[in-house]
Amino acid sequence: MRIGPQYVATRRGLLRAGLAGVLVAGAAPAEKSKVVVVRDPALRAGGGAPDSGRVLKMLDRAMQSFWGGDSPMDAWKKAVRPGEVVGLKVNCLSGKGAATSPVLVEAICERLQQAGIPQKDIVIWDRLNSDLESAGYRVASRTDRIRCIGNDAAGYGTELAVYGSAGSLLSNTLTRTCDAVINLPVLKDHGIAGVTLALKNLFGAIHNPNKYHTNVGDPYVADVNMFPPIRQKVRFTICDALTAQYEGGPSYMPQWSWPYNGLMVARDPVAMDYTGWQILERKRAEKGMKTLREMKREPVYIATAAGRGLGTNDPKRIDVVEV
Amino acid sequence: MSRFVGQDAILRADRQSAPAGRVTNPPQVGNLPHMGRRLFLQALALPCLGAVESDARFTVEARFYDKLPYKKIKCKLCPRECVIDDRERGYCGVRENRGGTYYSLVHSRVCAAHVDPIEKKPLFHFLPGSMAFSVATAGCNVNCKMCQNWDISQSRPEQVTSTFISPQNLADLAGRNQCPSIAYTYSEPVVFCEYVLDSAEAGRAAGVKSVVISGGYVQEEPLKQLCRRVDAIKIDVKAFTDKFYKEIVNGDLKAVLNTLVSIRKSGVWNEVVYLVIPTLNDSDDEFRGLARWMKAELGPDVPLHFSQFHPEYLLKNLPVTPVPTLERAKAICDAEGLHYVYIGNVPGHPAESTWCPKCRRVVVERAGFTVRALHLDKGKCHFCHQAIPGIWEG
Ligand SMILES: [Zn+2]
Repeated sequence: MRIGPQYVATRRGLLRAGLAGVLVAGAAPAEKSKVVVVRDPALRAGGGAPDSGRVLKMLDRAMQSFWGGDSPMDAWKKAVRPGEVVGLKVNCLSGKGAATSPVLVEAICERLQQAGIPQKDIVIWDRLNSDLESAGYRVASRTDRIRCIGNDAAGYGTELAVYGSAGSLLSNTLTRTCDAVINLPVLKDHGIAGVTLALKNLFGAIHNPNKYHTNVGDPYVADVNMFPPIRQKVRFTICDALTAQYEGGPSYMPQWSWPYNGLMVARDPVAMDYTGWQILERKRAEKGMKTLREMKREPVYIATAAGRGLGTNDPKRIDVVEV
Repeated sequence: MSRFVGQDAILRADRQSAPAGRVTNPPQVGNLPHMGRRLFLQALALPCLGAVESDARFTVEARFYDKLPYKKIKCKLCPRECVIDDRERGYCGVRENRGGTYYSLVHSRVCAAHVDPIEKKPLFHFLPGSMAFSVATAGCNVNCKMCQNWDISQSRPEQVTSTFISPQNLADLAGRNQCPSIAYTYSEPVVFCEYVLDSAEAGRAAGVKSVVISGGYVQEEPLKQLCRRVDAIKIDVKAFTDKFYKEIVNGDLKAVLNTLVSIRKSGVWNEVVYLVIPTLNDSDDEFRGLARWMKAELGPDVPLHFSQFHPEYLLKNLPVTPVPTLERAKAICDAEGLHYVYIGNVPGHPAESTWCPKCRRVVVERAGFTVRALHLDKGKCHFCHQAIPGIWEG
């Protein structure tokens, strides 16, 4: 796995967290950025909603393939460490259908607990309580259980984070509550920014995302991801590709959604975004639709993010592992 | 505020400290639900609403938008023309698509209210020495890197503490605080346009004027409606290059110039402010270009204020504008034939005063935001009877 500069910045934090071994093991610069894509054609036994047991199994395969180890639990123990507060940054703005599936988040919470993260140290979060609820989550603030909270309730800090063209206040959940964040975007199209995947999902951590959609989100998406708390705390991404959407996003448009029946895991958000973007382009081509470039919404922020050192968008340096 | 703290204390603070346009002593934006201006509003003895409280009474259908297929809408308030999906907001952050209907979330949702001298807006040819009941809601349709009120302009309404002030209440408050005008200011009145229109109408019925302090990034139709209802508009021309507007403002110079021409045609009193930022918009060519454009398109009598920049928000790396730079700007524009060129945010500078263009004597003497002497008789120079354009009497 390629270690981009963001991991240099996070190195001290990871060392403190006892995860140095992970980094050292993957530190050879020649190595590629790994993106694991797992699919299960039998995910929807009855043809409807994904089967929760199969989602859990698919998650296990994805995690083990990405992190290695003899068992899924070995993999989780490489990803997180007891004592850490782990945030799950879901994507709920568009409500049910185009949001991170609760069935996936349940599976992640189950494995986190088995890996030694108690309920009190798990926080599901997004921008608004109402967004979370519209996606099927129940807002919960008791600190002895799994918390589920919007930034509107948790608040934002007072220090302006500034990088390049972006200046924002950051969610308290990100900066104060969480030690590590697992980024949980959805594989989908975005009518302004082209696609919304790992990088764009972090707009949910800032107080002014509406300011950063101009110019197809470039360079704003990349710049927001350069804010130190985001670089330091977002540890890896599990992209919900159970149902994917190739047009009409970010709102849920069933006519342009399809059961991809998959999950993707990566630590490099740029490689994740590039890979997910190509999946959406292939589906668009299959449906006879124009490319995002032709639609004047090519997600060029992905290349900008690569230029910032956040990861790689070079297909020769991305190792897509299909499981 | 003045009724409780005492007018003198307020005036002293206002007239001496904050730069023009800035909310005086803005509290830091803090944690929800206490982010923003609770203290500020408590001083007005108005109920304050936390961010998590219901927004129903602030929510009115927006007046300027088109409905599109798939529950999308296209906003027609400003030239940006945001196309917005269901459940999403426009660039301004204060207007939201709910199921294919577009709503303003900031009608009567006041996050800053203050009694300011009209000179602080600045409007120099409009009821000099009077106070303006000044209000803002959250939100803005541009994102200037030098914004001095970014904590409200770049926030969403639920991220700042607000209070409900209906248009009628606003007109009453202005009257009770001896303010002959309401100023819509601090953030960007274009984004709370519906509230401005309704309040200006309520104000007129109560004998209170309305003034709009804006960046001028607005479409023709809402601008026309504003011009029909308000008494003065101050427009910030933030630079005279497209580059600056693109890189520093995220706006469009041409649209702002169109706005100025439309205001001129409408007959509404208009003044222009240009914040001079070292290295970014302080070239002779720009000052000369602006002066020539103004003289040709607006005439020589529209007041032009060159204001001193103070490092703020995303431009903290730049210094305060040197006074000689402001003097150079004024000299260039004077030479181009503009009649009323001022220097702002430099208390005590002679170019704060209004000079008669004919006899070259001071007709309105100012120090900071204080009017020291007024030598005008029914809008004419007391010494030579030259007509000085403006709205001098209420
Ligand atoms: Zn005279």
